[in-house]
Amino acid sequence: MASPQFIVEKTYDEINARIKAGEAVVVTAEEMVNIVKEMGAVEAARKVDVVTTGTFAPMCSSGVFINFGHTNPTIKASEVTINNVNAYAGIAAVDVYLGVAEVAQGDPLNKVYPGSFSYGGGHVIEDLVAGKTVTIKAKAYGTDCYPATEGGKEICLADMPFAMLTNPRNCYQNYNCAINLSKKTIYTYMGTLMPNGKNANYCSAGTLSPLFNDPLYKTIGLGTRIFLGGGIGYVISHGTQHKPSAPRAENDTPTRPAGTLMLQGDLKKMSSRFLKGISMQGYGTSLAVGVGIPIPILNEEMAAYTGVADEDLKTKVVDYSYDYSHGVARDYGEVSYAQLKTGEIEVNGKKVTTSPLSSIVMAREIAETLKQWIESGDFLIEKPIQTLPTE
Amino acid sequence: MNTKIYVLHFSKETSDQPMISALVRKYDVDFNILKATILQGNDGLMVLELKGHKKNVQDALSSLKSQGVTVDSISTIIRRDDALCFQCGACTGVCPTKALYLKRPEMTVLFDPDKCTGCGLCIAVCPVKAMQVDVNEDIGLLS
Repeated sequence: MASPQFIVEKTYDEINARIKAGEAVVVTAEEMVNIVKEMGAVEAARKVDVVTTGTFAPMCSSGVFINFGHTNPTIKASEVTINNVNAYAGIAAVDVYLGVAEVAQGDPLNKVYPGSFSYGGGHVIEDLVAGKTVTIKAKAYGTDCYPATEGGKEICLADMPFAMLTNPRNCYQNYNCAINLSKKTIYTYMGTLMPNGKNANYCSAGTLSPLFNDPLYKTIGLGTRIFLGGGIGYVISHGTQHKPSAPRAENDTPTRPAGTLMLQGDLKKMSSRFLKGISMQGYGTSLAVGVGIPIPILNEEMAAYTGVADEDLKTKVVDYSYDYSHGVARDYGEVSYAQLKTGEIEVNGKKVTTSPLSSIVMAREIAETLKQWIESGDFLIEKPIQTLPTE
Repeated sequence: MNTKIYVLHFSKETSDQPMISALVRKYDVDFNILKATILQGNDGLMVLELKGHKKNVQDALSSLKSQGVTVDSISTIIRRDDALCFQCGACTGVCPTKALYLKRPEMTVLFDPDKCTGCGLCIAVCPVKAMQVDVNEDIGLLS
């Protein structure tokens, strides 16, 4: 066996044994900041077993795999709407995938600019977890084994045979601070940006954000058990657009959008408090998703990683009126999340009002909830079968 | 100086009276008419910004009320549904008067109706439509 690399070394088994015995020391990523500051990373690693993180923000690459159950006669549903929102039906009979960015049929979209996008896939998911009945309509071309050419049902989540939230890209590890340097208001997935750089929007839970607390994915990977939408979920892969090669600071955290996660969890166990359908003016529909990831403090390195504060986490200011949409890599400086959270930053020597799109209040609630789950002994830390790509 | 926006309802008996000019003469207040319309049944509605010393504004409003005009602060028309709001803070960047603001360091999003001028910018940017105009009192703020 190789000589120990760290002064403190704990295994997943040891941490889980302490959780089962009700002896584990669990703190939130916010609480960990001061613990590491006061006692140093080595002592913090001895004291703390698990750090819980949380985030709650619009995550457009989200959706649900639904099997809505067979009709009589059977149907090979090929065109399906749920509450008038198209679901992808190019998979086996009565299986569909409903994405949160799909807008209801007949919505004027941006023909009436800026569109209000009042209902879409994200709202259907929120309605389902809230226990509401939804209307499914299906069309098919008819086969010998699936003769029906039309079908439908009124159904609630509890009566669906299967509903699995499956999100191809969640939990972005850092994100741009968006600004608009043009002369007219623009409407983006980063919210409404007023002309001449009057305001800037940002979207990260900062110190509470999951992937800021394990910047090189040493404990997060395939099989990691997490808090997802109020229930239990899993990391099933790195997400789409996962980009670990983004520039990083000395503390290993990226200063640009970097890693992402593909997540999955049983929708039936989730809650509408942590899954909220949203409408971004002029942009479209989405879903605000609550995610919390526990980070086992295996050694002093993980203690140091989870001890990062908002002032240690930086992002760049990007112009969304032209640069972002035209691949121009110009940046207007780096700002820390501590600066962003004061409500004002400086860009080109001008003071700019900042506002968040990511709810810190909800992120904190998620980290606290996950902490309670672990403290109660019910939620164990899963060692990843495979960690995420780092290059 | 005190600036606030009010919604005035005039009954059809009073809608032909020159009440606003009387206010200016008697109470030394500045005004800005943001909207004025005659409704069905010949009653009237006016959205009025009043600026002046607090006591003068109060006296002016009392005078209007004594003549049968219903006076509401615009802030009672814009409200937040706290059950819908998930405290993201998107509204705080567009609110021109900081009626919507973040309490730091908690980052709780708070709404102070007294500072609201009823511009309605928050209604369009709120991703969960937590900021609402009272349907019965919708005076076409966003039109």
